Amino acid sequence: MSVGFVMLVHTALDRAEQVARHWANADCPVVIHVDKKVSRKANAAFIAKLSDLPNVRFSRRFNCEWGRWSLVEASQAASELLLHDFPEVRHVYLASGSCLPLRPVQELKDYLADRPMTNFIESVTTEDVPWTVGGLDIERFTLRFPFSWKRRRKLFDWYVGFQRRWKFKRKIPEGLVPHLGSQWWCLTRQTLTAILEDPDRAKYDKYFSKVWIPDESYYQTLVRLYSTNIESRSLTLSKFDFQGKPHIFYDDHMQLLRRSDCFVARKIWPHADKLYRGFLSDDASILTGAEPNPGKIDRLFSKAVERRTKGRPGLYMQSRFPNSGWENGLTAAPYSVFEGFGELFEDFEDWLSRVTGVRAHGHLFAKERVEFAGRQKVFAGALSDSTALRDYNPRAFLTSLIWNTRGERQAFLFSPRDNQALSWDLAKDANAQISVISGAWAVPLFYSNANFSDIRKEAARLQKIEAEHLDALRSYYARARVRIWTLADFVENPMEPLQTVIDEIGLRATHRLTEAPRMISLDGFGQFLQNLKNQGMQPHLMGDFPVGQSGDKSRNRPRKPYLVK
Amino acid sequence: MRKRHDLSVVANRTSKIAPGDVLVMSTLRNERVRLDYFLSYYRNLGVNHFLIVDNDSDDGSREFLAEQDDVSLWTTKAGYKRARFGVDWLNWLAREYAHDHWTLTVDPDEFFVFPFSDTRSIKALTDWLDTTSVRSFGTLLLDMYPKGPLDAQPYRPGQDPFEIACWFDSGNYVIEKNPYYRNLWVQGGPRMRVFFANDPKRAPALNKIPLVKWDRTYVYVSSTHTLLPRGLNLVYDEWGGEKASGVLLHAKFLDTFAHKAEEELERRQHYAGSHEYKAYAHKLADDPDLWCKWSEKYINWRQLEILGLMSKGNWA
Repeated sequence: MSVGFVMLVHTALDRAEQVARHWANADCPVVIHVDKKVSRKANAAFIAKLSDLPNVRFSRRFNCEWGRWSLVEASQAASELLLHDFPEVRHVYLASGSCLPLRPVQELKDYLADRPMTNFIESVTTEDVPWTVGGLDIERFTLRFPFSWKRRRKLFDWYVGFQRRWKFKRKIPEGLVPHLGSQWWCLTRQTLTAILEDPDRAKYDKYFSKVWIPDESYYQTLVRLYSTNIESRSLTLSKFDFQGKPHIFYDDHMQLLRRSDCFVARKIWPHADKLYRGFLSDDASILTGAEPNPGKIDRLFSKAVERRTKGRPGLYMQSRFPNSGWENGLTAAPYSVFEGFGELFEDFEDWLSRVTGVRAHGHLFAKERVEFAGRQKVFAGALSDSTALRDYNPRAFLTSLIWNTRGERQAFLFSPRDNQALSWDLAKDANAQISVISGAWAVPLFYSNANFSDIRKEAARLQKIEAEHLDALRSYYARARVRIWTLADFVENPMEPLQTVIDEIGLRATHRLTEAPRMISLDGFGQFLQNLKNQGMQPHLMGDFPVGQSGDKSRNRPRKPYLVK
Repeated sequence: MRKRHDLSVVANRTSKIAPGDVLVMSTLRNERVRLDYFLSYYRNLGVNHFLIVDNDSDDGSREFLAEQDDVSLWTTKAGYKRARFGVDWLNWLAREYAHDHWTLTVDPDEFFVFPFSDTRSIKALTDWLDTTSVRSFGTLLLDMYPKGPLDAQPYRPGQDPFEIACWFDSGNYVIEKNPYYRNLWVQGGPRMRVFFANDPKRAPALNKIPLVKWDRTYVYVSSTHTLLPRGLNLVYDEWGGEKASGVLLHAKFLDTFAHKAEEELERRQHYAGSHEYKAYAHKLADDPDLWCKWSEKYINWRQLEILGLMSKGNWA
């Protein structure tokens, strides 16, 4: 007989009884503390049920409340009883009513017998502790906490604030270095009696009774006074979420728990019948002799906390709707926006999807219809090509599109002719790669068969829209990867900018572009711009397009003059 | 509160409700064909008792429900519209019988799916919500539809409706925040895509908060979209994280739909001049196919959670 259990019980007495019986039958004495909140009748029935077991005792009852001193008092009283009544006990294991042993008791006995002097207790200095509910760490030890956090939160917070404001500080008793850790420990008789029989115990108890959550610091701090043989980890697998609430195990965690090789786990959902049936029948468990390995479970729970605190970027749904600026990424994945390319090249969409493998859409925000790739009526996620639906909530349209196509990069054309509602969203989205040939919107006008006065008016309108859009792209708030060329600069040397943009998309192995999109002929475009100027309009976004020059150039050179090597 | 006088008791078995029991509340009219599956679905989830208001059924719904051991039943001939689409009746029932119980308010064609619902009972969920001090749980109403005409496969009593209507839209939803009640207003799915493509503002709301740890001071304001006090509507995270949430699979689009739409249009007892049913009647004449190439076929809750239609939050 090497190990005895102290069990703190407050609900699910039937489960506590099962577990206590399991340990007691394996020749391990058990002392149970039943919370005073449990009715006298229920307690009596509980005691009666376990009365057939000679090595189960019940300790004096305290009214326990989370985060308060009474929890320590309960464990002190129960430990004293255990140590006194069962002198052969070498290790005392503190457990709760919702703990479940995962490995045969014999394995735990062997494990502890091999380490007769080792204290298993997580004990970490306050600087190294990441979990701090309510933002309190060292202040747990330097302020007073007479008010219940659970029942009198306002008073609790007020008193903390009051003490901070008046720089009130308690003195930590000499010799103590505050340590924190999981409240579920396994200590040797030698160490535990040293704590409980210390002549200064009254002093320490008085101090800790006003510390916040003393059950996570009392033994964790005092153990450092009496023992150097400390394994700073708990033998009980117990994980807490970001609010300091314990994660709960269910039937579907069976395999995970089995593979963890931990000795005891908490908290188990009281109705997890499969877990209780499985783990309390000894034959189901296999003697492995392995070291506890809670890594997999740790990952599962830390992923859950990350899901709760960070969420999935770019997802908007009934339980994730971030305030502006808290999206943690406006969209789910990188995508490309091309402005002016559709106007300058005849086959840009096809070319782009061929060269890069992205899903190349037309003008998704066109006034007439949503130009999905291949001009489908419906696209990924059952997005409709109806402009009314798109314009009803353009941002939701874009974020849905990018979310729905995770794993496939999207690219689309954009121009001042399109719905501009997302101008700023695009600029602010770090996932957007925006390439602009400014002033290229004038090319379709150049080819249009409209009256020149209408063309002039339309040119003025589009130039104004694009200028505003460019302001957004160049603003302080812009987080997109933006590249802007004037039309004049771009046609001088189109291959280099194209190569840069394609390289950045980087879906296919980067090599030199061998195939260029077909550029629309700009013969006479310089004169067209001059005509606009002559009519009193100032087309400035396309850069310096000398009158007649571009026409001369393309006549002198062969077609596709920009193909590189 | 005057609305309680509308209700007359058919079978009151509420004395059977034990502390900690999970309740289902529902109001219905002529849904006999759905009831077998509805009751068995929620019994399997671990629901202990049903509180049901029958709005003057004449298809045997009332007689059938009155025989069920775990159903308490009230009936009324009063107008659905005048009782604010049944909300007044349910608020009264909840105040009387649901205080301090987790209560799931659903229509007979709504089927609650939550994280781990294939391996954990609804009690596991509500216990967990209790430990994390959460009082209300949000869902998306997910419209399910068959491939092909709605009346191609007749629905038989007791059948899982999602054997027929197993398709859904995975990613065409839009959300806005209601600044007054602070709830989200979600629209989209096949109804908006097909029936309201030209008038999206009128597309029905898909945000529902059906599961609430009821207190007698709470009320539903309009259907299960909105609650008071307003804090109960905050079932979403505003700082980038995800709260746990579920889905109500909506088995509206079965062969029963055309008949129902006609009947409801005649009764004119639905929201905003029943414009929704007008839109259906209009479109149904062309025998529409809600299915499209990008429709998703339902597998399980994990699929919905990967698609972002629900979330585990920090429940693991």
